[in-house]
Amino acid sequence: MIELPALGWQSIVIFVVFALSLLIATYCTYAERVIAAFLQDRVGPDRAGPYGLLQPLADAVKMFTKEEFFPGGANKALFVFGPCLAMITALMSSAVIPFGNNMSFGNNAFFLQGIEVNIGMLWVFGVVSLGVYGVMIGGWASNNKFSLLGAIRAASQNISYELAMGMALIAVLMISGTLSLRDITLQQSVAGEWHFWNIVKQPLGFIIFLVCAFAETNRTPFDLPECETELVGGYHTEYSSMKLGLYLFSEYVNIFVVSAVMSVLYFGGFNFPFQYELRDWFVSSQGWELASAQNLITLLGTVGLFLKIFAFIFFFMWIRWTLPRFRYDQLMRLGWTILIPLAVFNILLTGGLILFGVI
Amino acid sequence: MQLTNRAKKLEKKPMTLAERAYLPAIFQGLSITMRHFFMKKATVRYPEEVRPFSNVFRGLHVLKRDEQGRERCTACGLCAVACPAEAITMVAGERKKGEEGLYREEKYAISYEINMLRCIFCGLCEEACPKAAVYLQPDKMAPPRFERDEFIYGKDRLVEPVSPDERSIRGIQLTPEQADTLRSKLQSA
Repeated sequence: MIELPALGWQSIVIFVVFALSLLIATYCTYAERVIAAFLQDRVGPDRAGPYGLLQPLADAVKMFTKEEFFPGGANKALFVFGPCLAMITALMSSAVIPFGNNMSFGNNAFFLQGIEVNIGMLWVFGVVSLGVYGVMIGGWASNNKFSLLGAIRAASQNISYELAMGMALIAVLMISGTLSLRDITLQQSVAGEWHFWNIVKQPLGFIIFLVCAFAETNRTPFDLPECETELVGGYHTEYSSMKLGLYLFSEYVNIFVVSAVMSVLYFGGFNFPFQYELRDWFVSSQGWELASAQNLITLLGTVGLFLKIFAFIFFFMWIRWTLPRFRYDQLMRLGWTILIPLAVFNILLTGGLILFGVI
Repeated sequence: MQLTNRAKKLEKKPMTLAERAYLPAIFQGLSITMRHFFMKKATVRYPEEVRPFSNVFRGLHVLKRDEQGRERCTACGLCAVACPAEAITMVAGERKKGEEGLYREEKYAISYEINMLRCIFCGLCEEACPKAAVYLQPDKMAPPRFERDEFIYGKDRLVEPVSPDERSIRGIQLTPEQADTLRSKLQSA
């Protein structure tokens, strides 16, 4: 890789990823409403534009024109800082996700990835766990009992589920031996070999990770921090206008990131079946150059990764409109007495399987 | 005490492993919601799509004319008596010479008013009418308006129009263009 163009390339990728995650989050609001409607035998928003596709725009206009409200006795600086932090951390974590393999133009090869670091997984975890600060600061600064309760719930819930999530992840790391998301992806598909995605090797770990992902993103059935039946609106009770919009938005960005992480860790990332065969077919039968065939495969892989991500996002919404919310003690019991022991068992199981050379 | 023979005796048994694992029940729930995802939707997209009225729908009143175009109402007041909401008021008058083409009987209603805010659209006036003059139309209803007095429908809006130019839809006078299209439709039919 050449230094200067690589930096330019990285900034382009970062910018595209930033724009894409915002766009996807925007249309998640629309998708959520349409999917909710379809699951309830309705049709959802269809007035703004064809099939209601301009609905997010209308919602944004509504959000921006609402009154900026500051509750009395609130800590103003922190009150503004809360939603900003939630949004920043949500957007930061997508930087290390490998959205595609390498592209080559002439002698230069680039990764379709913001930053390739060898601790990508740690970065995602660190940043995602920072996200709870956005919720906590917002809830604390609101000077409202309900907000504070929501914030406390968010904090304890995220800490509880991060443990099980991290332990489910350790099993993946035991197989892959690396924290780099790109390497983990590449390991899930090797040319000329019959190779499986990590979901085949880690079904239990995936289920644990999935459940924890729901809890980490505060989605139903674990949306207790904003539990509207008990806490009015939870941590964002006092928020209005675009500050509320940022909170809601960061939730969708988080879903996008977590979906991407799950696709990368367990579902092969940008790999898709028979990609090497397809590349070789282009080279041998169509007479393409290896580099351009590889570029095509990379782009197809990126499309594939996004399809996986969209499937996960759909699953998140599907679950939301199927399952009722947990009670708080049930949530804690599930986290501490079921998921964590299960995750420990999964680590032992994986260790045993590696020891006997099964995986 | 037994209230119904459909009552089911419930025993609280300890949950089986499958029940405690949540997942089978979750998949069951997911399959139910996914079935609904592909079901026919109940929504009627209103302005483009109008839900058809029932055949026996009782909507906006009309005062009918007979086959010669004369008003049937004779202002007997039976509808006003029958009306449980006391929505109908009328003033009776005597038919003058030369008005035989306008009114069927010697007595007619000089004014006939129905207050659509009071009316409960029960159709008792229709049943009470001995002259088959007042009907509740199955395809029209009193539209929303801004002022209370606009809900008091007089003869101008109740009596069946003679020509297409006067014909009203839902109590609203047609524009000349609408009247033209209606007239051409009537001619072709």
